Amino acid sequence: MLKMYYGVNNAETNGGSYDPLDIDSPNFHAENYLRKIKQEKSLSELMDAENDMAKQIRTLDSEMQTLVYENYNKFISATDTIRNMKRDFRQMETEMEKLTSNMANITQLNSEINDTLKENRQKISKLAGVHSLLKKLQFLFELPAKLQKCLETGAYSTAVSYYMKTKSVLQHYQHMESFSGIERECIAIINEIISKLKQTFHDKNSSAPQLAECVGLLLRLGEPAGLLCDEYLQHSRHKLDEDLQMLFSFLPYSTFYPCTLYLLGTSQHLLIDVLEFIDRGSNGFLSNLSLTIAAYENLFIKQTEITSVKLLSFVEELLNSYFHLVEERLMMDRRSRDNALVVRALDRFYRRLQATINLLPSLDIMTLGKAIIVRVAKARCEHYKLALEEFFMDCLTDARHAISSPKGSIGKSTPVTLNLLDLVNSTASAILNQVKSVLADVQLFTVRDINFSNMSYFSREFSCQDVREVIIVSFLQYISETLRKFCDRSGGPRSGLPPPALLLLLSRLCRDFEQNTAAYVLTLTDEQFVINTKDRKTEVSVFLTAEMGATAQRLLECFVQQSGVSVSRMIRTSVEARDWLRSVEPRQVRAVMRRVVEEITQTDQQVGSLYEEGVRKARSSDSSKRTHPFNQTSVSKQRERSHWGVYAPSSTMDNSLLSNIQKLFSERVDVFGAVEFSKTSIMTGIVKIALKTLLECVRLKTFGKFGLQQLQVDCHYLQLYLWRFVADEHIVHGLLDEVVSSCVHRCVEPVAMEPSVIDVICERG
Amino acid sequence: EEDAPLIYGLELPARCLCPQTAESNVTRFIVGTQSLKQENQIHLVEFDDENNQLEKTVFAHVDGEIWHLLSSYNDPLLFSTCYSSYKDGKLGTGCKIYKFVSDSENQGPADTGDFDTGVGNFESIDEVCTVSSSEINHISSLQWKPIEDDNQVMVLGDGKLHLFDLVEEKTESSFSFQLPEKKGHPLVATCGKWNPHHTAKQFAVASGQNITSFDMRSKSPAFQLENCHGQLVRDLDFNPNKQYHVVTCGDDCLVKFWDTREPKAPISVLESDHSHWVWGVRFNPFHDQLVLSCGSDSRVVLNNKASISSEPFGHMVDEEDDDQKEKKSDQLIAVYEEHEDSVYAVEWSAADPWSFASLSYDGRIVINKVPKTVKFDILL
Repeated sequence: MLKMYYGVNNAETNGGSYDPLDIDSPNFHAENYLRKIKQEKSLSELMDAENDMAKQIRTLDSEMQTLVYENYNKFISATDTIRNMKRDFRQMETEMEKLTSNMANITQLNSEINDTLKENRQKISKLAGVHSLLKKLQFLFELPAKLQKCLETGAYSTAVSYYMKTKSVLQHYQHMESFSGIERECIAIINEIISKLKQTFHDKNSSAPQLAECVGLLLRLGEPAGLLCDEYLQHSRHKLDEDLQMLFSFLPYSTFYPCTLYLLGTSQHLLIDVLEFIDRGSNGFLSNLSLTIAAYENLFIKQTEITSVKLLSFVEELLNSYFHLVEERLMMDRRSRDNALVVRALDRFYRRLQATINLLPSLDIMTLGKAIIVRVAKARCEHYKLALEEFFMDCLTDARHAISSPKGSIGKSTPVTLNLLDLVNSTASAILNQVKSVLADVQLFTVRDINFSNMSYFSREFSCQDVREVIIVSFLQYISETLRKFCDRSGGPRSGLPPPALLLLLSRLCRDFEQNTAAYVLTLTDEQFVINTKDRKTEVSVFLTAEMGATAQRLLECFVQQSGVSVSRMIRTSVEARDWLRSVEPRQVRAVMRRVVEEITQTDQQVGSLYEEGVRKARSSDSSKRTHPFNQTSVSKQRERSHWGVYAPSSTMDNSLLSNIQKLFSERVDVFGAVEFSKTSIMTGIVKIALKTLLECVRLKTFGKFGLQQLQVDCHYLQLYLWRFVADEHIVHGLLDEVVSSCVHRCVEPVAMEPSVIDVICERG
Repeated sequence: EEDAPLIYGLELPARCLCPQTAESNVTRFIVGTQSLKQENQIHLVEFDDENNQLEKTVFAHVDGEIWHLLSSYNDPLLFSTCYSSYKDGKLGTGCKIYKFVSDSENQGPADTGDFDTGVGNFESIDEVCTVSSSEINHISSLQWKPIEDDNQVMVLGDGKLHLFDLVEEKTESSFSFQLPEKKGHPLVATCGKWNPHHTAKQFAVASGQNITSFDMRSKSPAFQLENCHGQLVRDLDFNPNKQYHVVTCGDDCLVKFWDTREPKAPISVLESDHSHWVWGVRFNPFHDQLVLSCGSDSRVVLNNKASISSEPFGHMVDEEDDDQKEKKSDQLIAVYEEHEDSVYAVEWSAADPWSFASLSYDGRIVINKVPKTVKFDILL
């Protein structure tokens, strides 16, 4: 044992060194070691080694002695210990034997007891079973009574739970008389309960939670879910329909169910404003609807897909009619003045819808709602367009009144002329202000804190299409078109032509629009609504201004024609009505001519207040006002001399030649020609029309001597006063010359008046 | 290449011009002058299309200045004049029917069938009769009924119409119409025309701003165009091929086309052609899409109104071509500016569909032709 112990120790300490020359190795070979030492070491070294060796041997000896001693001691003590143990074990053995015998006793006793108790235990268990059965039976027998009680107290849910517990048992023991009796009773009661439940269910006044309870119970009683859904929905529909009816009653008139209005007889609160309407709609209908949906979902959540489909169609149908009502109401307000109210109503509507959307994510409420909002917005835009157009028409009527009224009362020209410019400005600014206010109103739709303004429609299409195109652009076009209608001669304007002053005013207005207002309005719109479709914008504005310009031009031409025609009508009637053959010697200028000049002067003032002077042809030095008569006489003398030649048959050729040559040098005059936007151009147009009329009328008459002279006087008078209105006085000269020469042709006794006399007569006038 | 217009100058002012309507072989026009001081003349102008030349004969009209002139529809030799003359400090008016008389004695005046001998053969004009009415003092125009072998004429004046039958050169009064009065004043008829359709049972009169048509059978107004122009209506013409279409013109510078069944609004308006009163308007008697108008702006305007003509697809309409050919669009064909003075009359030739004459106050007659491109466009 020890060797083993040490061996291991040796192996551990000297493991691997089996060198026979190593003195500590177990394989140590003394002979070899000695030989080696003898060979390798010197004598002294050997001596030292021998000493060393001796010393080591000695120490090793002493160590061994102590070791042996110690081991001996330990061996002694171990022997003592083993002896003690032997003694103790012997004692223990006796006690163990005692224990074993005791245990055997206990086992025996135990089995004995067990045997005695065995019978009783079986009995007890049997008894317990019977007891529980009896208890159940008792419950069953008591069930109808309990159910009855529950029915009486209205605790339907307890009743139902009781019934549900016993239902299977009863069904199982149906064949036994007593059980089937109970079952029949129970079923009767339960049926009663069911009918009661259904009654509550159908009762219009029962509340939503009550309903929910009913439905829950009925479901548990195994009523078919689909049917219940239907009934439930039917029921909630009643209530929601009531809400709708109420809303409907707030519509002042109706396009459908016309009779319901009378049935409800709610005429006293016929008109509530849109906001309130929406409020009522949201609070009444929408919240009830949400409740219904929530309750329904709770009740029928575990049911099949059919129920949810049913719900969907139900909700959709109701919402549709609701939307219908809302839209109708909103549309009724599409012409209302209070845009803010409409916008707020819409906003509220939108918010409520957003709140509702979470209930039924599968239903596309928002698209419908959005569509309504878009439609309303569009309708509002249409309304504003119409309102603008109406306003414009009102402006026109006002202007028309303003023009026609002072003429009647005051008659004199000065206040009228003052009015015209003011009128143009006030009309223009009124229109502009109206446009601005409309823009501001419409802008409410896009304000940030309005919820629906962040719909994609409102960011782009609304401002671009509806505001810009529908309202502004079409308004401008409308102005242009309306004004154009004023100068539509071909369409047969049978009833009252517009007064010339109005045409003038409108042409100026239109010109203003062309030059800046139209562009300004467009830019304003673009700025306010942040529209940045650059290329289209310029195109449209260019197109619009061009259109406006054309309209202004046409209005102006129309004005020139109108005033020209009114002057020429005076001239024509005056020429046609008179018997020129037998007229007396002229003493004065005819009153008509004075009136013509007066009228033209007045027109000139009107035009002057609105249009600038314009270009005049450089005046020849001798055409200034005062020297003019002399000049004219000399000219007319010359000319008349040439016409007198008509008498002499020989000189006819010369005459026609002469007049032709004269015409060669004078330019062709376009009588109803284009007009520029300047006073002189306008007045030239009017004067030309008047004089040409005079010419044509003269050619249709036959003149006596004094007739010719009277005409000479008239022409001279006209020449005196008309030259200053026109751009090129030669036009006046030329036309008047032609009038006189035609008159000479048409005169049976062409004796001209002395120019000096003409002068005198005209001076007197 | 277009032929240059032929210009013929009269020495006197003139207002009236008419084609020799019954002469279908040669293009002839009759012109009457208007002068208070000299003896007035009737010019018979023949247009030689082949040589592009004019031949003319001048006859004296001794009764006075001519205000209206019209040739018979039946007899090429017959024509009427309405005139006025100043005698003894009084202005007298009258209406006469004349006949061209050939110089060669062997060609009897009754031999009207052969007339290609040229205008030089006519030596004088003979007065056939004087038309005088018991109802109308001042006859302003005489309208021959455009029906073969019918010698009825309508006489206008003093706001009245008077129907005559000239059978056997007798003036026999049939019946008369009074134009509706306006504000107590009888309206002056500016112009009157027989409706050539339905064997000329209707006669239309322009007075003031209205046109009234009288039915000869019922002796009552047939159709009325009220306020059809903004100012005086100066002339009207019936479409020779479309029975309900009328063209009017007036002082508002417009030429309007009307369907007499729809008198409320014109079916078409020519707006921008004239810059002063339009005095005359004529449908081409053969191709009614060609419409001439003239006015005191010295212009003669030729328009193509194919869209409302009886030949909306051009001349020949074959069934197969129908869908290929588009409806021809209206267009302004030409503006003739040869005149220096107001043009009071324009007339198509009765013989040649492509030539027409216009007359201005200074006595200038211009004979023009429809541009060849337009002509071929219509013919081919």
